[in-house]
Amino acid sequence: MSWETVIGLEIHVQLSTKSKLFSGGSTEFGAESNTHVDLVDMGLPGVLPVANREAFYKAIRFGLATGANINQTSSFDRKNYFYPDLPKGYQITQMEQPIIENGSIKISVDDYEKKINITRAHLEEDAGKSIHDMFEGETGVDLNRAGTPLLEIVSEPEISSAKEAVAYFKAIRQLVTFLDICDGNMAQGSMRCDVNVSIRKSGDKELGIRAELKNINSFKFIEKAINFEINRQIKLIENGESVVQETRLYDSDKNETRSMRSKEEANDYRYFPCPDLLPVIISDKELKEIKENLPELPEEKEIRYVNEIGLEESEATIIASSKTMANMFEEASSKTDDAGLVAKWLVGDVSALLNKNNIDIDESNLSPENFGKLIERISDGTISGKIAKSVLEEVWETASDVDQIIESKGLIQIQDENLLENVAKKIIESNPDQVKAYKSGKDKLFGFFVGQVMKETQGKANPKTVNEILIGLLK
Amino acid sequence: MTIKYKSIKEIKSMISQKEISYKEIIEEVYKLIKENEDLNAFITLNEEESIKKAEEFDNNSSNLPLAGIPIAQKDLFCSKNLRTTCGSNILNNFIPPYSATVIENLENAGCISIGKTNMDEFAMGSSNETSFFGNVQNPWGKNLVPGGSSGGSASAVSAGIVPAATGTDTGGSIRQPASLCGITGLKPTYGRVSRWGMIAFASSLDQAGPMARTAEDCALILNEMCSHDEKDTTSLEDEIPNFEESLNNSLKNKKIGIVKDLDLSSLNNDVVEIYHNSLKEFESLGAELVDISLPNLSLSVPTYYVVAPAECSSNLSRFDGVKFGMRSEDVKDLEELYVKTRSEGFGDEVKRRILIGSYVLSAGYYDAYYKKAQQVRRLIKNDFDNAFKNIDVIMTPTTRGPAFEMGSKGDDPIQMYLEDLFTISANLAGLPAISLPNGNIQNKPIGLQIIGNFLDESTILNFAHMYQNETNWHMYTPEGIKQ
Repeated sequence: MSWETVIGLEIHVQLSTKSKLFSGGSTEFGAESNTHVDLVDMGLPGVLPVANREAFYKAIRFGLATGANINQTSSFDRKNYFYPDLPKGYQITQMEQPIIENGSIKISVDDYEKKINITRAHLEEDAGKSIHDMFEGETGVDLNRAGTPLLEIVSEPEISSAKEAVAYFKAIRQLVTFLDICDGNMAQGSMRCDVNVSIRKSGDKELGIRAELKNINSFKFIEKAINFEINRQIKLIENGESVVQETRLYDSDKNETRSMRSKEEANDYRYFPCPDLLPVIISDKELKEIKENLPELPEEKEIRYVNEIGLEESEATIIASSKTMANMFEEASSKTDDAGLVAKWLVGDVSALLNKNNIDIDESNLSPENFGKLIERISDGTISGKIAKSVLEEVWETASDVDQIIESKGLIQIQDENLLENVAKKIIESNPDQVKAYKSGKDKLFGFFVGQVMKETQGKANPKTVNEILIGLLK
Repeated sequence: MTIKYKSIKEIKSMISQKEISYKEIIEEVYKLIKENEDLNAFITLNEEESIKKAEEFDNNSSNLPLAGIPIAQKDLFCSKNLRTTCGSNILNNFIPPYSATVIENLENAGCISIGKTNMDEFAMGSSNETSFFGNVQNPWGKNLVPGGSSGGSASAVSAGIVPAATGTDTGGSIRQPASLCGITGLKPTYGRVSRWGMIAFASSLDQAGPMARTAEDCALILNEMCSHDEKDTTSLEDEIPNFEESLNNSLKNKKIGIVKDLDLSSLNNDVVEIYHNSLKEFESLGAELVDISLPNLSLSVPTYYVVAPAECSSNLSRFDGVKFGMRSEDVKDLEELYVKTRSEGFGDEVKRRILIGSYVLSAGYYDAYYKKAQQVRRLIKNDFDNAFKNIDVIMTPTTRGPAFEMGSKGDDPIQMYLEDLFTISANLAGLPAISLPNGNIQNKPIGLQIIGNFLDESTILNFAHMYQNETNWHMYTPEGIKQ
């Protein structure tokens, strides 16, 4: 029997506003527990929420970039449930009238592309955090995160494999970082995702019963959790059992999903319109302004890099694929006339290091500034390409400043022709056999002489100058 | 010189004539509170702070409009550093770190908040019998209820302890106790007064307002209470008139709507007679009576008892023992913490409403109850909008009768809910309404309700003031007519 997988994703994107969705509390990450909490975030008696327009503007950017409908009138509802890190006993969210509906995004997987439709994206407030491992036998509550604005992006159930799910998540992450509405930092929980998975016989029209996998926050785990879940469901059905509708938790240590609560145990959230908040109306003027100031998106960048800067298409694709990569390219290009050189380094050595370490460029030690400096030092002749590689590796490990590395290790390129000529002469004198062989036609030996000079100068000689000198001396 | 039973206007004049010092006023207030301890009108007093403020006014003369005027605050408004219980055990240790906008506005105008008044728990009740801190006594007779939920405020003003108090009105909680205690109380248009710092019962209905001896005093306080508040998005940005300026406008050719659909046959004969006498009084002041129809009015009480509990069931979720307020001891786990805290913290009426509210919002019932109720609410509002095209105000009795005995309606919540029959529709439609004394039945006061058009507090205050210029029902005190 062959099975077909149906997956839908709900991605929670933390919007990078300065203050919270309904209060003036700061959204900064990493502060001491319960220090970024104001009266509203605590849900004190008598406090009232006031909607943060900036969050709407950011949500609208996402809507515009995915070709979605922007609901210029949207409203808030209350989702009622009890939990210690939910200060009011309800979450304010958009159930009936979300800000964004009916968008889509293109994903590419291996050798094909696919469009995934986005049902809706709505604004809601985040909860705080329960801390279970800090106090013996007690749970702590940190409300710093409570009230942080989230954009919940809900896909249609059109994703057919774990790989597609990862590609979709990556595409959303790429988009929200380009739009500058989220920092995309998954380790800090800036993007989290719930996955709905079901299977059905190939060709069936009806959807199977789905399980919801909660709160997965890395690409690797999304893929693993989905694949585990697909296999679990297939096994169940093939053994004559049935899948139950439930919420399951992925345990990354054991690589398995396990039941958290069934449909029967699920909360009745008793949604109803939040009486404290009037519907939010976005004017045509506001919408127009957001449209006009929409940042350049990956595809637009790609086209510009090819047509205006003259990069190869393959280079442009790689560089435009991530916000940080594109930033690096643009920052470094501004320091040199040779944008091609910048692209070559990014697509070559930098990408090789990324692949080797299996990380994204924004997780690396390489900052756009430092990379720009590296390119500047290559193009102004301070260091050779070869030295530059070792400098890059050093930066990769230590995040030290490029100029400091060059200075402290004495890596400045030797340009002095007299000095280099003396070195070259010494090499020629001490290798009479090779000189004879070269002169009798073994052209390939030229590289040997260059190598020896470089060795003698610890790689600091300007290779171009060395070439010229050697050609002259070996005539 | 005494301030007992004195209006704000009178106290202001005593101050300007130097007949009394600010400190003497406040000291007398606390003396009167002690003499009237039986009323149980106050939950928490603010004596030290209040006397300090009075001394400051004595030392530095002030131009503030309500400088040194003592005011009692309903214990539903958060008051910075002063315990705020909302009449509930679950908040009996709660000391807010901030003050409600209403309190700030009044104190900025010079008012001295002398203490927090008793009330039905979370403002749910019409007799003040649901307070965790015990019943409040109506000064007009032993064992009589003061009405609710702003019963402590009404009782304190009625007994002449303070010239004015704040109240809140979700379905009649200012007007009904005002009627039963023989004072004047006004519920403004929804959104006129900021809800920031008011502990929410039903957010779309709650509105704070003044309770005082006269319509004129209500105008003085309302002038200071209202403000557009950026902390409350439902607070209105419309211009706030000076409510004092229109008090003496002529009522000539003004039109009073008389609701045809209102069945007065179930009422006490005396109530009906008193109501008709008041209408005649207004006719003699030049106003005309016009029959109007509010066809959906009879649906007000059932609509209210879906919408208000629904909102309260959600608003009261934050009282869970986790962050503030009381927390039950000796609990095994989180579930038990919630269950025990909320079981011990809330009284029966609050629990009843949370249950009703949770039920009407639950999956499968939402459309039949909550959604339907909101649709009916819209119809009721439309009825009022249509009616106000041709009239200036609507008049009804405020209550079905005068103050009743404590415990007399205890076992029948429906009987208690019907107490708000005449007052609820103004909350559902968001309209301003005032209750003022218009008669006595067996030495128990009763009130007339005047409902105004949206944002038109000025007109109802004008009507009430002109009536009080011609009559002396507002001069009656439990100790006889005021000289």
